[in-house]
Amino acid sequence: MIDPRTWSTKTQIERSLALVVLVIVVLAPTFLSPNWSHNILNETFFFGLTAASLTFLSAYGAMVSLAQTALFGIAGVIIGNLATAGGPGGTSKGLHLGWDPTLALVIALAMTTVIGLLFGAVASRSAGIYFLMITLTFAVIATQFLGLVTIVSGFSGIGGINRYVPGWIGNVLDHPNRLYYVSLIAAVAVYALIRYIIRTPFGITLQGVRDEPIRMASLGYNVPLHRTLAFGFAAFTAALGGVLYVWWSGQIAPGNVDLPETINLLIMAVIGGLARIEGAWVGAFVFVLMQNYITDAVKVPLLGFGGTIFGGKFPTLIGIIFLVIVLVSPGGLMGIWDRAFELRGRLGRWRPAAPQPTGPRG
Amino acid sequence: VTEALRLPALNRRHAPLLVVGALVVFALLYVLVIASPPPEIGGNWRSTTFGSAVHDPGSFLRIFLDSITFAGALFIVASGFALIFGLMRVVNMAHGSFYLLGGYIAYEVQQAMTGQGFSIPTSEVNTWEWIVPLVVAAPCIAVVGLVTQQAFLRWNQGQELRQALITIAISVIVADQIIAHFPRATSTVAQKFGGNAVSLSWPGWTDRFVNLHVWSVQYSLARFVMLGLGVAVGVGLWLWLYRTKTGMVIRAGVDDQKMTAALGINIQRTFAIAFVLGSALAAMGAVVWASQSNIASGQDGAWLLNSLVVVIVGGMGSIFGAAAGAILFAFVQNFGATYLPTTGADCCTQYSPILTFALIALVLAFRPQGLFGRPG
Repeated sequence: MIDPRTWSTKTQIERSLALVVLVIVVLAPTFLSPNWSHNILNETFFFGLTAASLTFLSAYGAMVSLAQTALFGIAGVIIGNLATAGGPGGTSKGLHLGWDPTLALVIALAMTTVIGLLFGAVASRSAGIYFLMITLTFAVIATQFLGLVTIVSGFSGIGGINRYVPGWIGNVLDHPNRLYYVSLIAAVAVYALIRYIIRTPFGITLQGVRDEPIRMASLGYNVPLHRTLAFGFAAFTAALGGVLYVWWSGQIAPGNVDLPETINLLIMAVIGGLARIEGAWVGAFVFVLMQNYITDAVKVPLLGFGGTIFGGKFPTLIGIIFLVIVLVSPGGLMGIWDRAFELRGRLGRWRPAAPQPTGPRG
Repeated sequence: VTEALRLPALNRRHAPLLVVGALVVFALLYVLVIASPPPEIGGNWRSTTFGSAVHDPGSFLRIFLDSITFAGALFIVASGFALIFGLMRVVNMAHGSFYLLGGYIAYEVQQAMTGQGFSIPTSEVNTWEWIVPLVVAAPCIAVVGLVTQQAFLRWNQGQELRQALITIAISVIVADQIIAHFPRATSTVAQKFGGNAVSLSWPGWTDRFVNLHVWSVQYSLARFVMLGLGVAVGVGLWLWLYRTKTGMVIRAGVDDQKMTAALGINIQRTFAIAFVLGSALAAMGAVVWASQSNIASGQDGAWLLNSLVVVIVGGMGSIFGAAAGAILFAFVQNFGATYLPTTGADCCTQYSPILTFALIALVLAFRPQGLFGRPG
């Protein structure tokens, strides 16, 4: 299994790349600027985590969920209510229960998972495009709920949550590297967990449900139950992303889970590729990069961004990029990568049979 | 005889239905008799803003009329969404953005016609100055819809998810462009652009209250006009779908797209017609609702949600479904906001979005295809 010689050339390249990336991100805080490690890479980790919950449902359950951002925000709101203590400077909304942050973390993850199971149960008898529509209504309803119910959030939301991080992480305001590594570990752990789950009997059944729901039902599998459980797991993952987000930004408000944010998460997942889990982080990285550098970039002279013809801002540009990706490569960047290897394989077949290479492949 | 009269034996399978039935009956009873007006301080689970229908029949009638007239506007927007979805299986995620763009275009036209700048008193708007913005905005949005369909969706037929993603991308672009370019006709520079809230004005003759002579209720004529327009669109769609050849082709397309095409019917032309009409209905709904309320950047999401809920609840590809969905949703929303218990500033009318969720959950639990939808 772990003998690299049995891997295909593509797997070898991918795993070498993964190793290089892992080494870089582990060492990143030592040589990258704080903006890069504490903002761009850290955001990539937890937005990628949330996007991975969407990609997981899409790739292995054929369920494209637009409720992941809402679940991300619900987890943030719950931990904000439980952990913050109010008091001086605590002008933000929320219950300010002031519980132990570790307990708040556990409860936030558990409650969000339960809400996710509820959402999943309601939507589980639908698939494909209907699932997309139903989960979008969940997202908008959650946003409205958080905005209207001032006792837990209100439109201004909750602030100062990053002062209530569990003791075993420490003060993330003074030591942002700690949060960086927590996010990194969470991202790697979720990636490994998803890779593990899809190999378990549950994961294989889920993929059967994805491909042939009617056959799986007639074989005696409970199709809605598998979809609901998968949704529950995805809710847990999204909740983890939400918790890391509030520890990073310190605040959560309905504006963080509204329709534009929901679409941003979808854009991340689609840019990376909805068919492969790795795509979630690739897409999140590309998106965060664009968000950081295009927003205040120089005007594009011919198209006149920020200027003459279109006059729109970042969303117009990201919308056009999203449109091009969807039209050109439905598999996103990972799809382009995969297709490049397919093409290479096809070209290779045209050549006369070469003698088996004996040296290192690739 | 006794056998026939005996009720069917209840078993475990009926339990969910009974629970739901009991909840619905309770909700109706609550609104009709149980609720009571709030006391001076505090309140309990029975306290609502107006009390029950028995306590305050006038308010009850007003909320009832609010709901049914809102359903009229809702139906206009959502029927366009349902038409496109029912025929082509395209979830037009840009429907809300089309709605918003249509509303802003109509606003600019009305401003240009009246030459008032920003705020127009309703009394200074005549019927033409309301109808012309409508007949300008609707074709504009119809063209936007047609271009979207022909340029991006036509060659992705059958790839439902990809089409949904394409329309999401278009909605992002359109929404941002609206912020960049609208509203243009404003009284101060600060209000210009940025998708600020503006409203159209109804024609002057609608700006009065009709005395209903029932429980001394006076009700806005403009809202009755809104309901009338909704009913007119509904009747028009019904006549078109059930009494004309094009409508027959569209219904055939809803039932079996491939078979319809195999019979030599130009299904692509039919698709284009559906997209043109569906988009124009979004613009028409925007003109109607922007005259009653307002339009502002960000409402595209709310109206996309409205359309989605109506179609999910009512069922796909049926104008009766869209009508039923619009009425149910409007009632749940309006009554939820008024008849949830109120015991102070923090409780509980603001929990009304949960009722929308409950409506969707209930309908999907018993009829995954929606009330009037057909399975498969």
